[in-house]
Amino acid sequence: MSGASAVGTLEAESPQPPVKKQRKQHAPDSVLGTLAKIALLGIVDAVAVYVLIQLASQHEWLIFAVALAVTLVINWIYLRRGGLPAKYLAPGVFFLLLFQVFVMAYSTYIAFTNYGDGHNSSKEDAITSIQLAAQERVPDSPQYANTVLEKDGTFYLLVTEPDGTAKLGTTGEPLHEVTPSTTSSTGQATGVDGYRTLAFTDLLQNQQAVTAVKAPISDNPADGSLATSDGSTAYVFAPKLKYDAAADTFTDTTTGAVYKDNGQGAFATADGQQLSTGWKIDVGFLNFQRAFTDPNLSGPLWQVTLWTFAFAFFSVLTTFALGLFLAIAFNRADLRGKRIYRVLMILPYAFPAFLSGLVWSGLLNPEFGFINNTLLGGADIPWLTDPWLAKFSVLLVNLWLGYPYMFLVCTGALQSLPEEVDEAARMDGASAWRIFRSIKLPLLLVSIAPLLISSFAFNFNNFNVIYMLTGGGPRFDGTTYDVGATDILITMVYKVAFGGTGRDYGLASALAIIIFIIVAVISTVSFNKTKSLEEIN
Amino acid sequence: MKVRSETLNKSVTRRAFAIGSLGTAAAAALAACSGGTSTASSSSASTSAAASSSSAPTGAAATLTLWTDAERSPALKDIAAKFKADKGIEVKLVVKDFASVRDDFITQAPTGKGPDIIVGPHDWLGKLVQNGVVAPVQLGDKASLFNPVAVKAFTYEGQVYGLPYAVENIGLLRNKKIIPEAATTFEEVVAAGKKAVAAGDAKYPFLVGLDPKQADPYHLYPLQTSLGSVVFETGADGGYDATKLGLDTEGGAAFAKKLAEWGDKGTKVFNSNITANIAKEKFNKGESGYFLSGPWNVPDAVKGGVDLVVDPLPTAGDKPAQPFVGVNGFMISAKSKNALAANEFVVNYLSLAEAQDSLFDQGGRPPALIESFDKAAADPIVKAFGEIGTNGLPMPAIPQMDAVWADWGATELKLIKGGVADPAAEWKKMAANIAAKIKS
Repeated sequence: MSGASAVGTLEAESPQPPVKKQRKQHAPDSVLGTLAKIALLGIVDAVAVYVLIQLASQHEWLIFAVALAVTLVINWIYLRRGGLPAKYLAPGVFFLLLFQVFVMAYSTYIAFTNYGDGHNSSKEDAITSIQLAAQERVPDSPQYANTVLEKDGTFYLLVTEPDGTAKLGTTGEPLHEVTPSTTSSTGQATGVDGYRTLAFTDLLQNQQAVTAVKAPISDNPADGSLATSDGSTAYVFAPKLKYDAAADTFTDTTTGAVYKDNGQGAFATADGQQLSTGWKIDVGFLNFQRAFTDPNLSGPLWQVTLWTFAFAFFSVLTTFALGLFLAIAFNRADLRGKRIYRVLMILPYAFPAFLSGLVWSGLLNPEFGFINNTLLGGADIPWLTDPWLAKFSVLLVNLWLGYPYMFLVCTGALQSLPEEVDEAARMDGASAWRIFRSIKLPLLLVSIAPLLISSFAFNFNNFNVIYMLTGGGPRFDGTTYDVGATDILITMVYKVAFGGTGRDYGLASALAIIIFIIVAVISTVSFNKTKSLEEIN
Repeated sequence: MKVRSETLNKSVTRRAFAIGSLGTAAAAALAACSGGTSTASSSSASTSAAASSSSAPTGAAATLTLWTDAERSPALKDIAAKFKADKGIEVKLVVKDFASVRDDFITQAPTGKGPDIIVGPHDWLGKLVQNGVVAPVQLGDKASLFNPVAVKAFTYEGQVYGLPYAVENIGLLRNKKIIPEAATTFEEVVAAGKKAVAAGDAKYPFLVGLDPKQADPYHLYPLQTSLGSVVFETGADGGYDATKLGLDTEGGAAFAKKLAEWGDKGTKVFNSNITANIAKEKFNKGESGYFLSGPWNVPDAVKGGVDLVVDPLPTAGDKPAQPFVGVNGFMISAKSKNALAANEFVVNYLSLAEAQDSLFDQGGRPPALIESFDKAAADPIVKAFGEIGTNGLPMPAIPQMDAVWADWGATELKLIKGGVADPAAEWKKMAANIAAKIKS
């Protein structure tokens, strides 16, 4: 959120000619300026019209309406006279809406659906897929060499029986014998008088129409129908499931079982047999309800929440302490080679966190890892597999990853502190510790506290370190979910939503919203608290 | 869109003006073009106009999009070129990160923006069918040209959904310098390995890579099957039946006991601290005579100077040791607008020996086409892997398989680490957990 709103403020503060602001009447634009305005607005509108046409052709009416509204607002803002602030604010607001508000609104919407594996598209799509998959080749039926013919815009399949008779048919017109006008060298019929034989390129032009042709074998539909998927070979298919559009049900042609819309985004029989492809529906608060009432979830949830707070708190505390200590140490005016030290300090910051996680999990291997093997002389310490040691290891690795940031921040803040206060305190005979505790630290905290809060929020969701180092393990007993002692909320969400029998974007969104609320509350409370720090000044 | 309107406010220079007017022209042209194509493609379904105007040979030909990974892309270039020469259709090879192909395909196919063809392992099928994004493929008489296990792997709920091209499974890699004779049972393997360690020829009797979080059910599976426990039983149609979990059996309990016996607190045949990387390194350095692994580790082992042979998988019980077989193949999108061309390319071109040969040359995995496999089997290592594979079991493609891995692996790890009072009970608990997960 902070990123986009920052953009917004920047826009608002970008240089504005003060003269214009004071004038009530808008000065007439130069000819060149007007032309440029028209041209640029023209580009925007051209793109907008293109997008609108595309959306209309795909019947995305909601997005169409939004896009149309945005386009109209843009035109109104830039075409009317005056209203300069709006012209500067509009882009920022637009991006804020697009990248923050829309994303949040969309995940909120997803949280109320069953979007996930097996429910990822519309009902029409699901029906089409089920019908497609239900087309089964009739067992032991022959493979026909096939030619596609065309007459008056209808496509016909021309096949040759093994005994040499040629047959022609199309959708709604059962196969019947014809006399071919042309045959290939292998005796396959390739043309019939009055019909045009389609070459491969013609086929390509009409792929969907050709593959949709289903020529019944005989007058009895139960015999199946002929269809081709590549234009040159045809097979006899009989559907395993039949869709009845009026009743909205699928019927199994062999067992007679009836699959009905079960209200949960799938076709199912009365006894719970479900067809594999389903569709997306709204499920209300079901996902939130599951998060709190599933006995497998609510048990470990408390342990994980507790550890998440501990992890985020100790991560900030340790990295800040080490970063500050090093910053003070390297801030001494009489230290030589400061630059080299500082570069070395920042090195861990340059590694991607997920790589470091993997490397550290190798270093901490009980038997072959560098830490046990070389540093500790062959000790067999289970760094990552004992619950408490694993927690300790995670904090240690996060300290290694995180202190350079704090070091940088503290170095910057220290250098901006006034020297005089320091000197005055020294003249008064204060000890170094006293100066640090009573003067430097409070002054530092004024500028650093907001960063500590954001660091807390970051670590609260520090997926990389946990996932790459321990994967959340060692596992808890007594839950069927793959949740363990070092899992924090975000890794737990990931595992619960994506580690079960399928991806469940709905549940994931619901849990993400819960985490968002927790972080938002903590941040608000902490930011309010830091206001009291500022009073020191 | 917004970036441009932002520039509206900046003081306008001559150059900006020029760029702006150019941009307008370009945008107008773009809009015109796209409008044209979209009407063309929508009208192509309604036949008459398009059919009569289609005499132009290749100008309006479709383009197929195939999502592949960097490794397979070069192997497909030649066959795509041949297809283009024969049929005038270009196959656009889009190189994607392998790990993201399946999920991107599932999310993009319903929007109509996904590819026409993807290449991937057969165990994606369950997810793909569940989401309705793949279309059945008719192999017809060509099915008999392929390794039956490969076709079976691509069969899901009675339909074939892909054209297989490679079969992949593990085998027992043996360093002939350390252990000259092949063994048939796991007991003999362990005994031979221990003898080599006692003689000072090796440091480890046996190596298999174990993940520190998940052990490795995939690699240990042949030992489990030879004791009589499969992960899912097969149903009437020959496919895996999600309701029949095969873990909670006597064989499973026996396997659990054996794991504890072979583990860290027992005979140390398995070492929970040896990860896949460490195992590979130790084997390539000649520190063990055995390495339970797949063809992917062969090139480096040979390079490392290991005198390599691949033995059939040793049995731990009285049943055959059956590994999981992974089959790679090409699948067609259910939402492809070029279904006909895609089928033509997949069924009639990718099934050619030259295509399968070239995929083998690049990837080194035993080809699924019998003709190509026979050629590739001139290499004894390929031959050995291929023969092990014909006795293997296709990796279950049913979506429920996802629910199995985490618990299965964690329990194996726990048993190997030792300290579990009753391994059989631990195994039973795991099976119950998995069954509960599948039900929910």
